[in-house]
Amino acid sequence: MFEEKEPELPEFLVAIYRHFELQYPKFHKMDNLSKLGWLANEILLQNGFDKEKYKPEDVGIVLSNANASLDTDIKYYETTNTMASPALFVYTLPNIVIGEMAIRHHFKGENAFFIFECFDAGFIEQYVSNMINNNILQCCICGWVDVLDKNYNATLFLIEQEKSANSVNFTKENLTKIHQLQNG
Amino acid sequence: MSDLKTQIIAQLNLQDTKPEDIGDDQPLFVEGLGLDSIDALELIVLLQQQYKIKLSNAEDGPRVFKTVRTMAEYITDHQAQHA
Repeated sequence: MFEEKEPELPEFLVAIYRHFELQYPKFHKMDNLSKLGWLANEILLQNGFDKEKYKPEDVGIVLSNANASLDTDIKYYETTNTMASPALFVYTLPNIVIGEMAIRHHFKGENAFFIFECFDAGFIEQYVSNMINNNILQCCICGWVDVLDKNYNATLFLIEQEKSANSVNFTKENLTKIHQLQNG
Repeated sequence: MSDLKTQIIAQLNLQDTKPEDIGDDQPLFVEGLGLDSIDALELIVLLQQQYKIKLSNAEDGPRVFKTVRTMAEYITDHQAQHA
């Protein structure tokens, strides 16, 4: 998509949106963290995810990152010098990205957003397994979505009870391995 | 009204919308352009930034922000009163 030069993050996110021919006007109003998580989720679910198997309450979202909503917090703070932007203010919490993902697919299950210095595969595995094993959720989207200035990173996992053709076991080791592969 | 439509598109980040896509009398909210409550706040910011108009009575909002035409009329009336 970008052969000439490395794009700025906003350009990159819009290019991904257009590449996948997504139709969701609200995308353009989101902050960069929500755009990144929302796009990663669209890509994750487009290959073989059968939403009809689940009730809305059965699908949860558990995300984590290092910088919370700091990227947008700074941008919002800058607008307060002139006129504070309501559209930016509503994104000054990291869990808003979960809301955007859930609204898109009508997921209504448990959700949580955690802040860690780096991706904590052990914590995510334990937290999500607990909800799946206790029948709080039947399916969970989990992982890492982080943005600060020019740096961004997203790794999402789809956790289901039933195995599919390309699935791997939900273990700390597999989460770590996939996250590391995503990040070179 | 074309300038106002351009300002609305920029303020609300309606990237896939062109000024000619917005009818003068098309409702801005719900069944029309589909704007929401946060967009309403952004329209108030637009009035303040572009036209130095402070919406003094919140109850005027639904009438002022009904369509592009009602917004334009409100701006014109305000400018005439303060000329």
